[in-house]
Amino acid sequence: MNTSTVMSNSADAPEKASSSRYIIADRPGFRPGALLGRWESLLALLLVAAFAANAIMLPHFLDLYNLADGTFNFSEKALIALPMALLIICREIDISVSGILALSSVAIGLAHANGVAPELLLPVALAAGTACGWLNGIMVTRFRLPSIVVTIGTVSLFRGLASVVLGDQAFTGYPQVMADWGQGYFFGFIPREFVILLVFAGLFAFVLHTTTWGRRIYAIGNNPVAARFSGIAVDRYRLVLFMLTGAMAGLAAYLLTGRIGSTRPNIAMGWELEVITMVILGGVSIAGGAGTIGGVMLAVLTLGTVTYGLSLANIPGIYMTIVVGILLLATIALPRLLRGRRTAK
Amino acid sequence: MKALLKMREVQLALCTVALTILVGTRAPVFVTGASLANLLTDSTLLVMLALTQMLVIVTRGVDLSVASSLALAGMMSALLASRFPELPLPLVMLAAVAIGLLLGLINGYLIGYLDLAPIVVTLGTMSVYRGLVFVLSGGAWVSSHQMPADFIAFPLARLFGVTHLVWIAALTVLAAWFVAKYSRFGRDLYAIGNEPFSARYVGIPIASRLMWTYGLSGAMAGLCGYLWVARYAVAYTEIAYGFEFTVIAACVIGGISIAGGSGTVAGAVLGGLFLAVIGNALPVVKVSPFWQSALTGVVILTAVLINARGGRPIGRQILPLHLNKSNATGSAA
Repeated sequence: MNTSTVMSNSADAPEKASSSRYIIADRPGFRPGALLGRWESLLALLLVAAFAANAIMLPHFLDLYNLADGTFNFSEKALIALPMALLIICREIDISVSGILALSSVAIGLAHANGVAPELLLPVALAAGTACGWLNGIMVTRFRLPSIVVTIGTVSLFRGLASVVLGDQAFTGYPQVMADWGQGYFFGFIPREFVILLVFAGLFAFVLHTTTWGRRIYAIGNNPVAARFSGIAVDRYRLVLFMLTGAMAGLAAYLLTGRIGSTRPNIAMGWELEVITMVILGGVSIAGGAGTIGGVMLAVLTLGTVTYGLSLANIPGIYMTIVVGILLLATIALPRLLRGRRTAK
Repeated sequence: MKALLKMREVQLALCTVALTILVGTRAPVFVTGASLANLLTDSTLLVMLALTQMLVIVTRGVDLSVASSLALAGMMSALLASRFPELPLPLVMLAAVAIGLLLGLINGYLIGYLDLAPIVVTLGTMSVYRGLVFVLSGGAWVSSHQMPADFIAFPLARLFGVTHLVWIAALTVLAAWFVAKYSRFGRDLYAIGNEPFSARYVGIPIASRLMWTYGLSGAMAGLCGYLWVARYAVAYTEIAYGFEFTVIAACVIGGISIAGGSGTVAGAVLGGLFLAVIGNALPVVKVSPFWQSALTGVVILTAVLINARGGRPIGRQILPLHLNKSNATGSAA
């Protein structure tokens, strides 16, 4: 990616910048034609299509209260998808998020059972999540292990610890404040979880797309070695992103536990793959270095619309997994098929 | 001798034996012949899947869809056998393998010819295949009384005192060893994993190699699907749910590098055996089975830590470096 020196050069002498082939413009200018070819526009079309199809075929789809309630299905997953997008842009991945979620939920349950005040349960969840993320991050940065291997190990560690604490029991009887945040509404019909998701999406988009930190995350994803040589503390970014993912999984644990009102060993089982699917469908490249928060949010909303439509049409949830899988495969394979084979392998 | 001790596989084998003996001293029943035979039978499916997963990982890929392919092929073979009980067993098994092969080839086509990322493709097909199990079965279970007797009996039937499962696994190990070590196909996979560009330059047909590697992984999942369903005498939508991670864990413990290009058959086998020993030992030493997952996690992390420390330079330097003695050690690393 670009360094600040290049930017200042081009700002000083724009004519020279455009003529010299050694200078790369920081961002290409705005062209309406290019907008159409973007992944996000494709997703937006898909979202509109899914929405329209549902609205035409299902009589109760456009009910405002129904629609608002439909967001409960994906809000917690999407909260984890946001930091996951940053991780994947950074060429890392965290498969252990569902394990972190389970362990954080157990931490909430334990704290509650031991008489911790209800308003302190959120910090407990965040701390537990961050600690788990820290372990992942340390293993990846300090010991130079591939993140996929580390997190495959820690997912069974975290979930295992959660089930050791739980045994065949479950934590229940959570305080009202958790239920308020997990299943409550603002103004009577906007789910609080959805508002939290929107706030965090804005925050993540701001950090990724307008700050130096965000640019550096792209830089690391494009070429970690070059990023290190240009003075970016690559390992620190990685560690912080893992901890951030853990913290967000802790937040999701707080909301999910509040919403369903209990902690069971199978809480959030298999979520890691749904979260990663959201991110990939959102146009984040698994090879790192490309993707936007807007795309991820569009993917989240598209998947949410399809899920909600299928559930209104009384189609079993497992059909949803087929739809999600095909959507994922089609969205990545179609552009490749249309463009034709680039290299003869 | 010293070089032998330094080999990862030997270390892992020693660890497995030590663990078995340790458990044996706490609970002598664990090291009896029957218990060990049982352990061997329990480990077979994991070992077989780990072998083909190893070939996939060697090419810098990963196959997350094995458990779903296993479930789909298992369910289809169970449905086939329950609808047409007069069908001879070899035909049912062949059908399971063929279904698995087809599922694997779909993965392989997308990864090899369309050049898509393996983790994304197999993530997608994983949910599709799992969903198809539900669609095929209508969400219903196929239970033992619906399956023909010989269908259920085959995996645990004995030949020369050893279960068919173990025989099949032994044959698979031999076949995998030959493929990985001596066949052109297998050596090409290592080349692809080590340096895809060079592999292309020396004329290795990467796309078709990748396609058949995933096909092989799928076919093995198909075979294991039948064996799994027949062994536990029940088929349902969630069979082997999450088993893909166990399989990958076995490979990782066996020292197969997730970055591709290195890994041995012995490693995959031992990784699978090690996990099986842990799984079978816990109930024997009266540790709550809830600890199993946590312990597996610890073992995986320990194994990758040890592997990362021991083996970084190995397998990269082909020609000896001719440098002064003073800086030879520094620059070789």
